[in-house]
Amino acid sequence: MTNNRFSRDTLRIDAAAETERIVSSLRTSLSRDLKRRGLVLGLSGGIDSSVTAALAARALGKERVFGILMPERHSHSESRVLGQVVADSLGMPCVEENISGILEAVGFYRRYDAAVREAVPEYGSGWLSKIVIEGVASGGGYTTFAIVAQDPTGRTIRTRLPLKAYLEIVAATNFKQRTRKMIEYYHADRLNYAVAGTPNRLEYDQGFFVKGGDGLADVKPIAHLYKSQVYQLADFLGLPDTVRRRLPTTDTYSLPQGQDEFYFALPYEPMDLCLYGKNHAIDIDEVALAAGLTREKVQFVWQDIDRKRSTTRYLHLAPLLVGEVPELTPVGGA
Amino acid sequence: MSDYKAQIRNFVVDNFLFGQPGDLADNTSFLEGGVIDSTGVLELATHLETTYGIKVKDDELVPENLDSINAIASYLERKLLPGSPAV
Repeated sequence: MTNNRFSRDTLRIDAAAETERIVSSLRTSLSRDLKRRGLVLGLSGGIDSSVTAALAARALGKERVFGILMPERHSHSESRVLGQVVADSLGMPCVEENISGILEAVGFYRRYDAAVREAVPEYGSGWLSKIVIEGVASGGGYTTFAIVAQDPTGRTIRTRLPLKAYLEIVAATNFKQRTRKMIEYYHADRLNYAVAGTPNRLEYDQGFFVKGGDGLADVKPIAHLYKSQVYQLADFLGLPDTVRRRLPTTDTYSLPQGQDEFYFALPYEPMDLCLYGKNHAIDIDEVALAAGLTREKVQFVWQDIDRKRSTTRYLHLAPLLVGEVPELTPVGGA
Repeated sequence: MSDYKAQIRNFVVDNFLFGQPGDLADNTSFLEGGVIDSTGVLELATHLETTYGIKVKDDELVPENLDSINAIASYLERKLLPGSPAV
């Protein structure tokens, strides 16, 4: 008897066939559209960049995939360690480019601290911080943002961010993603390689990326896959256990920050189910049952998905022209 | 109330719609109409605080208070009622 009820199993894929499809697509993209000899990507030690690296190595050969570890002062040491573990396990070339110096030169640390001080005047040397969202998880009204700051003794302050401070913190933090992308393209240019972006479907759909930063790439091999499907590929590809077991993190702020604290309404598994259910017009009660949520919560998450699609649409847009240039035919979107 | 409505309308049209009100009515939902996103809500709250000298508390940052010109005008009426704490 076949059980067609919507569940986590609905998102199960044939990992071998999907791997072959992506590998074949990468070979075609590199040779026909991009005309580059390999792929560069940043390795964060997270599941997405690790799977992308493994797929690229299968498609092009490990020697044609160039990994870059790009820690900075606020990075968790685990990111660099696990990134290196992935590179070693795949046998691919990998270098470390510490971007703290560049960030210092553009004034990132100074600008960031000054912005945080607008909300937490005592913020200073030895303090740690992160941004968290408010309102999404509770299903209340608006999504707003708070700063969580921890002093050197471990005492924590949490306060809502005023607009100016919020914008300045995000603007400063985006230096990190954009600096990393600049480094990636340096190596891509010198090697005549293309750059691989590593968003999964949740991130791509919901605009969880920085324009000109991690959103910038020549190819995005796993952008069509739900996060739980990326984990399935990680299992199939035999990525190290330490990488597969690691909890998703942004590794952007000096305090540890989960993606669901900053952007998504839920951890990735129920979020995947909500997004899949919405995309496939699955009955809301079935989605609620599968995700372990109330009907009202699923309704709220669906509204939040629509809101994020609307507010981040500009991230996907190519530059808007006033007049057509019909001689040029774009190959794809963002 | 009508003064607040006119002032809020001017702010919303100038700031979020670049002077093109389209079919924005006093009861148009900003969220449903795509007029204001989460950043816009912060911008709106900051505007109310600086213009009217009030403090928009965390638990007041909800659509019931801020999702339309009518809702904001009512919210301001309540906040600025003589004797009610504005902060």
